[in-house]
Order: sequence, then C-alpha cells, then structure tokens
Amino acid sequence: MDKLGVFLCTGCGIGDALAVDEVIGAATEKGCAATLTHGCLCAPEGLAAIRGAVSEHGLNGILLAACSDRAKTREFAPLSSEVPAVFRTAIREHCTWSHPADGEGQTAEDTTMLAQDLVRMGLARLNGMKQIVPLHEEIADTVLVVGSGRAGLEAALTAARLGKPVLLVEEASELGGQLAHQVSIPPEEPPYDAPIPNPVPGLIAEVKADDRIRVYTDTTIAKITGQPGQFKLTLSGPEAAEMTIGAIVQATGAKPYDAKNLGHLGYGTSADIVTSQDFEAMLSAGAIVRPSDGKKPHRIAFIQCAGSRDDNHLRYCSSECCVNTLRQVAEVKKLEPSIESAVIYRDIRAPGHMEHFFVGVQKTAEMMMTRGDVDKIEANGKLSIHLSNSLLGDRVQIQADLVVLAVGMVPQSADGELIRELIDSRHQAEHSESSQVRATSAKRADELKHHDGTEILHLGYRQGPDLPTLKYGFPDSHFICFPYETRRTGIYAAGTVHAPMDSAQAAEDGLGAAMKAVQCIEMAKRGEAVHPRAGDTAYPDFFLQRCTQCKRCTEECPFGTLNEDKKGTPEFNPLRCRRCGICMGACPERIISFQDYSVHMVAEMIKSMSIPEDYEEKPRILALMCENDAVPALEAAAANGATWNPWTRIIPIRCLGSTNIVWIAEALSAGVDGVILVGCKYGDDYQCHYVRGSELANTRLGNVGETLQRLALEPERIKVVELSHDEFDRVPRVLDEFSAELEAMGPNPLKGF
Amino acid sequence: MSENKTSPLLVIGAGIAGVTAALEAAEMGSEVVLVEESPSIGGRVLRINNYFPKLCPPSCGMEINTRRLERNPRIRVLTSSKITAAEKIGAGWKVTITTAPAYVTAACTACGDCEAACETTVPDPHNLGLCTVKAIRLPHLNAWPKRYVFDREAVGDAEAKRIAEACPVNAVDPSAVATSVTIEVGAVVVATGWRPYPIENLEELGGGRIDDVIANVHMERLASANGPTGGKILCPSSGQPPKRVAFVQCAGSRDVNHLNYCSGICCLASLKQATYVKEQLPEAEVTMYYIDRRTPGRNEDFLLKVAALDGVKLVKGKVGRIERNGGSVKLHVEDVENVRLIEAEADLVVLATGMVPNAVDDDLAIFTRKDDEGFVLDDLSSAVTVAGVARRPEDVAASVRDATGAAARAVIAAGGRS
Repeated sequence: MDKLGVFLCTGCGIGDALAVDEVIGAATEKGCAATLTHGCLCAPEGLAAIRGAVSEHGLNGILLAACSDRAKTREFAPLSSEVPAVFRTAIREHCTWSHPADGEGQTAEDTTMLAQDLVRMGLARLNGMKQIVPLHEEIADTVLVVGSGRAGLEAALTAARLGKPVLLVEEASELGGQLAHQVSIPPEEPPYDAPIPNPVPGLIAEVKADDRIRVYTDTTIAKITGQPGQFKLTLSGPEAAEMTIGAIVQATGAKPYDAKNLGHLGYGTSADIVTSQDFEAMLSAGAIVRPSDGKKPHRIAFIQCAGSRDDNHLRYCSSECCVNTLRQVAEVKKLEPSIESAVIYRDIRAPGHMEHFFVGVQKTAEMMMTRGDVDKIEANGKLSIHLSNSLLGDRVQIQADLVVLAVGMVPQSADGELIRELIDSRHQAEHSESSQVRATSAKRADELKHHDGTEILHLGYRQGPDLPTLKYGFPDSHFICFPYETRRTGIYAAGTVHAPMDSAQAAEDGLGAAMKAVQCIEMAKRGEAVHPRAGDTAYPDFFLQRCTQCKRCTEECPFGTLNEDKKGTPEFNPLRCRRCGICMGACPERIISFQDYSVHMVAEMIKSMSIPEDYEEKPRILALMCENDAVPALEAAAANGATWNPWTRIIPIRCLGSTNIVWIAEALSAGVDGVILVGCKYGDDYQCHYVRGSELANTRLGNVGETLQRLALEPERIKVVELSHDEFDRVPRVLDEFSAELEAMGPNPLKGF
Repeated sequence: MSENKTSPLLVIGAGIAGVTAALEAAEMGSEVVLVEESPSIGGRVLRINNYFPKLCPPSCGMEINTRRLERNPRIRVLTSSKITAAEKIGAGWKVTITTAPAYVTAACTACGDCEAACETTVPDPHNLGLCTVKAIRLPHLNAWPKRYVFDREAVGDAEAKRIAEACPVNAVDPSAVATSVTIEVGAVVVATGWRPYPIENLEELGGGRIDDVIANVHMERLASANGPTGGKILCPSSGQPPKRVAFVQCAGSRDVNHLNYCSGICCLASLKQATYVKEQLPEAEVTMYYIDRRTPGRNEDFLLKVAALDGVKLVKGKVGRIERNGGSVKLHVEDVENVRLIEAEADLVVLATGMVPNAVDDDLAIFTRKDDEGFVLDDLSSAVTVAGVARRPEDVAASVRDATGAAARAVIAAGGRS
C-alpha cells in the first residue's frame, strides 16, 4: 500500500505518556499521507475522524496506533471492509501502560522512542500489505461418511438434514457396525435405570429411506485426492464410482481387543470363557448357554478391564465396558432370572447419569460385585477365578460356569504419518547411496511394517494417506478445547475411532462431526479459513519461479496442505490451508507470502526499528511473540500494571512456526542486541494451536546457533521460551531476564556497521 | 447452505458449551443471539486453573474462541442479560431478554481510571468470594467484552458520582436502568451450565464449618496466578502452606442425601489438583479417598502418572466425618479394602463436590423437559436443544462435542431443513 495514514489515539493515558508530536513526527518522516491524533479513536467520533481522513486523502492503508487488536475489535472491524489494508499496533498495552514514565527503569524519552518504533514498524508492515481478494472456488456440497455404526449413521442423517447430499460408505455388507445386533443399549433418558431398545435398526431404516443419502455397502475407499470442497473420490466395490465431494466424516469405529491375547484370563483354554461380544450374541439369540455343553449356567462371572488398563495390552480404559456389563447383567436377569451374575472390577466406571443405571441394576439384578485383580482363571470342570486384593479378601477364588471377558476397543484408524514414514524408509533402504542410511532405514521400515496395508482413506497427500493420530491410534489433535480439529482440513473423526466412548457419546459425536463437515463446505464457499483462524480470507501465495525444491514447506505443514510434484515443487491446496504461516517460516527462499503477512513484511518491520549506536544507553531487543498465547499473556500483564524494559520491540506473529531465520539475521545485522522468541508449550501436551509450530521454530533456531558462532556472535543472543496463555505474571520477567543477559554480554558487535 | 432468511438461533449461556454452539452455528452461516447472565463470557472454565489431563490453561482455548466470536458479525452477544419471558410461537420462540442496568456502557475502553477513583470493595465473584475487589472493575484479566462492571448497589451516590466523573469517555452511568428487548428466534440452545454443590450442605464433612475444608472449585482459584493468593496454595486458617492435603471424593455425590448422580469429572479434577500441590509443595503428602477412580478413556494415563508421584496416595475409602483437631483436621474414613475404620490427619481438606445444573430452580418456559435433578432434555418438537452440563454432568471435551451437535440440531430446527 502506498497511501498510508497514521491514527494515534491519545486516550487511555496514551497521550499523557508520550511526546505525541515526536510520535507523529516519526510517521511524517516515513512519508505517510495523513496523520491524526484523537482522544478516543474507538468512539463514534473517532471512527468518523478516521473515515473522514481516509476519504479526504484517499488512503489505502491505515495504522491504528491505539489499543491492542484484541480490544475494541468489533468497533474497528468494519474499517477492514472499507480500507484495503488496516493494521493495529498496541501502543497502549505494549508501550504506555507497560512503560509509565514514573516506572522503575523507565523514562518518558524511552517510552516515546518505543512508540515511534511501533509506528515505524506498523507503517513498514502496511507498506507491504496487499488487498485481500477472497478465494472463490467451485465447491462440492456432498458429505462423505465412512463407516455406518451409530456415529456414521447419525452423521449421515445430520448432514442430510443440514441440506447436503451424503454418501455413506460401509466396508461390510450391512449397516450398523458393532452395535448392529446388540439387544439393547444403556439408558439415555430419565429415569436412566434400565436398558433401552437399540436405536441402530431404526437409524438404518431412516438412512435407507432418506433419498439424500446414497449408501454403498461392501465398499471401500480406493483413493481421495484434492482438497476440501473439491475432493475427488474413487470408490472400490460392487458399484465402483468416482465423484467430487466437499468434506469427510471418518466414523470407522473400533473393533474389540483380540481376546486371543488374553491367555492369562483363560481365553482359549475353555469354550466357556467368552468375550462380551460373544455373550451379546447369546443374548440376541435369547439363549444363555455354556458353549461347552449347551447347558444353562448357574453363575456367570463378568471380568472387567480384560486387557484394558494394562501395560501388556491396552493401556487406556475403553470407557463403556463397565456400563455395558451392567446392561448385560440386566438382560440376563430379564431372560433367565435364576442365573446369578458376579462382576469383578477394578473401579466401576459409570459416570454421570449412569450412576442411576448402576443403582437400578444393583436393585433389580442382585448381582455379586467385588473389586479385585484377576491373577488367573482356571478351567477344570468349573471355572475358578483367582483374585487378589479383592474386597472379599486377598487371594480368594470365585467359581463360575461361564466367564465373560469385557474386552476394550481398538480404534479402526490408520496413522497416515507413520505409513508415510514406512514408505519413505523403504525407499531409502533401497535407493540411498549411503550404506548407513540404507541400514537405518531398513531397520525403521521393519519397525513400522505393521502399518503396511492399513490405509483407510487413501488420501493423496504428501504427508501420508490417512489422518495422523495421537497416542493409541486415535486421530485427534486439540482433544479438550477443539475435539474436531483433526490435522487434515475438512476431514473429521467421529465415534469410537475418535476416542474411547459409549454409544450415546458416539451418536453425539456423529452429529458434531457432520456439523463441522457441513460448516467446512460453507466456509470454503465463502473463501474463509476454518478453525482456528476462522473467517480469515487471506491465503499464501507461492512465487514458484524461485523455488529450489528443498521440500521444507511440504514436510513441515502440520495440516498436510502441500503436495509436491516429481521434482519436489510444492503444489498448494488453499482449501486445506489453515493460515498458520509455518510454510513461510520454513522457506529459505522466502517465496511464500500472505497478502497481510509475509517474510518480507516482518523483515521490513525489523529494519524500520531505529537502532541507537550507543549501546550503553539504548540497547535494542526484538521479541517475536505468538499472538495466541504469549501476546495475550503480555497484554494481561500490562493491564495488570506490570512493566518491563523499554528496549524490547514486540512483533506479534501468527505462530512461532512462521518465524523465518532471515528475521533473526536481519535483526542482528541491523544491530539488534538479541532476539527472543516466545511461543507455546510443545511436546506430548502441546498447546500450540498449529500443533507443531513452536516445536519447529525451536528446531530451526537450534540450527542457527552455529551460523552465529561463525559470525563471532554469541548463540545466547537468540533465546526461545515456552510460555502459556495464563503466565501473565511470568512474561515481563522473561523479557527482563533476557535484557539482563544481553547486558552482561555487551553490545552486538555488528552494531553500527 | 442457501441463505434463506430464517429467525436467528438463541443460545442461552456463554460458558464453553454455549460459546461453542454459537460459534459453530455462526461459522456455518446462521445468525445467533448469545445471551449470558454474567458480565463476561467463559462461564465456569475461566475459573479453572488448568484442564486435565494436559494441564493447560482454559484461557488459551477461550482466546481462540473469543477471537472467532468477536470477528464474526453473525453473532450478537448480550451479556449481563437473562431470558425473562418466553412464549412458543410457530416453530420457534418469542423471548424477552432483559439486560441489567448498563452502569458501564459499551463506550468503556477498560482504561482503569474509574477503578482508581473507587474506594468500596466487594467480594470477588470471579474468585468465588475468596477475596475482595473494587466495586467497579474488569471482571477478570481475560474478560470479554473487555468492559468494566460496576456493583452499583455497593456504593453510595456520592462515590458513584466521583467514579462516573473519573471516566474520560463518559462510560459510567450510575443511574442506568434495566432494558429489555423481545425477539423471535427459530430455535434455542440451552447451555445454562452448572454451579458447584454447596459445601455448606456437607456439614458432616466440615463444609462451611471448618475453614481448612474447602471445595475443589476453591482449590482452582488458590492455584491460579490471578487468584486470591497469587497462585499459592495456603491453608485458609493459618495462611501457611499445607504439609498434608486430603481429597475427599464423591463429597455429596453418589449419595441419596445429596446428589444421586456422579459428576464424572471430580476424580480427574482431584488428581489434577494433586499435581498443583506437588508442583508447589514437593514435600507435601497428598491422599485421595475414593469409591471408584473414574478416569475413563485416555485419562487412564493421567491416573497412572499422578498415582506414581512420590507422596501421593490413593485410598479406596469413604470419608464419613471430618472434624477440627487442634491445628489440623481429622478425617474418619471407612477403609474399604482393609475393612476397618481409620482416622487420618490433614492440614487442608478438599471436598470433591459435584455439579448442580443451574436450571434446577429456573422455571423458564423453554425448559420444556427437565428431569428430577434439574438437567434439561432436548425437545426437538419445541425447537429446544441442550448442550453441556445443562444436559448431563460431563467434562469440557464432552461439552464441546455436545455443543457442536446441539448447534446442528438447532440449525436444523430453525432452518426448516429436516
């Protein structure tokens, strides 16, 4: 933008803390077309003044030097549709509130210099900004639902009711999944005290009757390429078909844990030791009999956590087995009142309203219950269950005629990233020129070989053919706050493949995932990004003429946005993009730019800082801070009256992962004494909204240390800090500690060159 | 979706469930009116220090939600507001929304000048009354809208006048009156959330009687950097850090005399709070008395992680009585595994109390179906759907999933699609 205006708010104490003329002077020096100060820019009069200046001077870019863009957002938002480029710099939070002239170590002169730099940096940013023209693509409406258990059926019906055509693809020859033949399910309505009829047959009938839903049984996915709104789907089955779809719900469910692994519980030693699924078949058939002799058992023992919560089997709890067992006990009582039931558990997990069910079943079924660890189950005539640590005493035995093992659930997912790694490792093992690489790759391929042939979605993505998974194979990312944010845009997991859950939760999850799928289609039509930058219409542009095919962008994108051609040139899929800018940070050629955020823009912001040559008085520090967590923490600190050194210049960035090394180089060669990067926590319990951004930034900067040493600069001039959103009490300390460390190091030797 | 003009959706309650439902519907393309009784959004989750099992701050996810919300023109937010009348009309509802007097108007810039002019203090609702705050203040550090709130009744007219005069943008109006508006909506999402079961009802466990017996919700505030102690876990009686902390599970839950149901989150909350204690006070002994350790799904890892901490003990036992014993607190416990009664001492006792649905004592016509315990049920024939703990006790992740599903139901009910 070339016709820029600076609007300096003097309200909220800003005017009192600054030499306003000098701040405006810094703007005028940069040749902006208009400057204006106002006592309250966010008030209707202030907004009118801005609009007046915009039309009077024909401004195409405006800098609002006032409060943070996290304040008065709704007031200033309309300006963005009236002026091609708007940028807000937080003079209030980053400068005057946190640097009062009477604060410790602060002077009015330093505060004004800080405000001048914020204005220069804002103008530099605006200089580079381009008008955003939202994408307008042809978007397909159809929702693909993969899997037809309760979650898949609910998802299909919901998407149809939201007005979308639906394809429901089921690998088996009939619909219904694990629940298809269950006699009942746990209660879902008050009084929550007895099993209710299985809703799945009814759902199947509804799906079949709904002409917006096309059902493909005995069918699997052969291939999915493209991007949300434009996925090209190929089906493999009796009716092979190709079509374009908008979004995907993966509801592929879970399968029971393989009881063959449960030898210690006697599985396989007696036909009378069965799984809860085997037992359900008896309930469905209406005949509870011992498989060994066809006789009615007197006592059935239900063993909870069979292969669950167990280091040797499934470490997690499948969430639904306790309540499912209670339901089976209730069904036994209904079918054969004379059969006794005994339940051996570690903890009865019947949360929420299921407590009523627990109490209800206890009342009607008079079952025997004991906590205990099952050491072994012996079959010699009767079945003997050896318990330790039980409520009946340590080392006791219980006899039963039939044992039901409540086995857990294993998600029917495939880990796309590991499959990709397997393919890469195999390729390297054969083709690498280094014998060492061939050997390590062969070893890795061997470790990963169980992923062979596990593909479900067959995505044509550079980063693998399926959703990446978290621990234990559940495809998920921010499972607390944003449970539908899988790492492949437009593809949402639902039901027991998503997380261990009961039938009621799976139904709810199917609805939610269908909602997200339809929403993704609607947002694609509007050219908007989905979560977390929901509504953002900017997107990265790739200047491919300068691409060196280094593949860093295609490897680092956490969302699998980029494919690559045979030469390794990235193929951008804008509708997969979440706008984090990690690709932009990764690119050594700096060819990836958003209309409102780019390597060049931030580099120009850094270069626009004034660097006093006399270090003793005025050191300069650059802080690149994540706008999602670190900046809010800092602004909360400022609002809370905290202060920090006046030498630090803060640039909020989208994600630490968008940090390009060139920014560090620009800063140091301009004479900045040190650069601190503050981003989200990473690791298993990562808090980065873009999953891996802060971790990737840390890795990139790990490599920069050597370069600094070659330039005779201390690697300690660069620091990366992990910080949570709530650490408002810590963040000023982090900035001041770094300032003190730099002071001890002395000035940047490149200063003044 | 075709942009056929339909009535907006009404979402009642702007806790995590309500905010999620509003956002999901609005991002889909629906117009939404979000009504919240408190002056700012976020509900219960913003009073939690960390979420289990990741031990991450709730304000982090709420930051993203707030950004989604304030940038989405399809959502109209009415804080300090309540539904005061509702009438079924056609397929939807006609509702009257009453907004408390706007003693601080939307012109507020949160500059803080009014707070400096205010002398009167009041118990801090954000910190559950554990400390005091100025009668005019920002509700809390991450409040949205970022607008001050004024307990007008707490100050005299003279002080109110001084406060109003201190405001540079004339945003303080001590004589404001309540306003109300009547609108038609196509469907309603009930997300009215929960409140903690009062510990005063647990007299036998020392609730309300012994100052070192606190509720789990208080523990969250004690552990929060923006809480009453600046994040230090201290015994209320002495102001000293506790050496022994006892967590009493199912305090007033799974109990015919109190709440019949299980709230589903208290076991995990106590395990999480055990990590707060151990992080700050590595020498402290932590004992958790439980009936069943309910840590479903992948939360099992969290149970194992906390149970393995040095100085953390989990005892299957029911705490029957708690009494003061000199400087400490004595617990009478039925040790279930060893079939005996034991006595234990602690400096600080945390009662893991459950959740009471806020709808329990509200007879709004929109709650067409409510169970005996006050949980609200979907009534799609009346275009009412329920999200979060208003429907069933559950954790944040489940509330968010439910709320997304409830948004779908509401969009379908309001849009005439089926």
